[in-house]
Amino acid sequence: MADQATFADQAMEYMGSLYSAALRMTRNSSDAEDLVQETYLKAYRAFGSFQDGTNLKAWLYRILTNTFINSYRARRRRPEQTELDEVEDLYLYRRLGGLEAVTAGRSAEEEVLERFTESDVKEAVEALPEQFRMAVLLADVEGFSYKEIAEILDVPIGTVMSRLHRGRRALQKALHDFGTARGLVGTAGESPS
Amino acid sequence: MDDSESQFNVEDLYRVGDCQDALHTLYHYLDGELTESRRQAIRHHLDQCQPCLHAFDFESELKAVVARSCRDQVPDQLRRKIADAIAFEGGAPSGAERGSV
Repeated sequence: MADQATFADQAMEYMGSLYSAALRMTRNSSDAEDLVQETYLKAYRAFGSFQDGTNLKAWLYRILTNTFINSYRARRRRPEQTELDEVEDLYLYRRLGGLEAVTAGRSAEEEVLERFTESDVKEAVEALPEQFRMAVLLADVEGFSYKEIAEILDVPIGTVMSRLHRGRRALQKALHDFGTARGLVGTAGESPS
Repeated sequence: MDDSESQFNVEDLYRVGDCQDALHTLYHYLDGELTESRRQAIRHHLDQCQPCLHAFDFESELKAVVARSCRDQVPDQLRRKIADAIAFEGGAPSGAERGSV
């Protein structure tokens, strides 16, 4: 049993993470603010059921994602699964010509990554179908383990891995499309077919 | 045949046992989800296989770029709103009584 009086001291430090995730999920700052505020109020009210010593950040994320799903379900779009199935592993790396002409030192492919601005990356993440977006955010941005993500999203670990896998491929494709449209990415790595 | 002009192709790597193994566990490795012995086995392979190391480095950098790019500053007024709402729920003195932050 956690003491409600200690809630603010323990929970406020995660607001930055929760707000960033809320922005990616709602794609809108006013909705993100409402979502974070609702999450904190729900968490405060339910804090008596939080087990001291367990993962508070994961617990807050669980409330955040549940609140998001319940309040925003009406606006949710279906994942475009068929399109994603055609994207292979290491999509971006292959397109950048990775694994050809290997040299020591920092690679040309990694330098391409630096050309993407912060808002390019945010846009690519926000373009992901919702379920994949959440998995990628929780793993890559927040560094949660697969087991923690499974608990936050209330799905089996196998589902987490598959969403993460597909989400990462889709993200690479989005970044590549984006880079191509903006001329950040050449087509030198295209393998002849 | 294996001179410095060799061109590596991802598809070829996926056909070589150790490389195939490494590439299939790439994300589990980067996500810290492998057992210690599996992690060491992959690490050992990466020490000896530059094409795989290269791919791992790229994916690792991409993961870092995503993490770095998705951080946003919480607006001050949101911080205040939440602190006040919690104080109100808990029956603590309101923001006004505490003096403005």
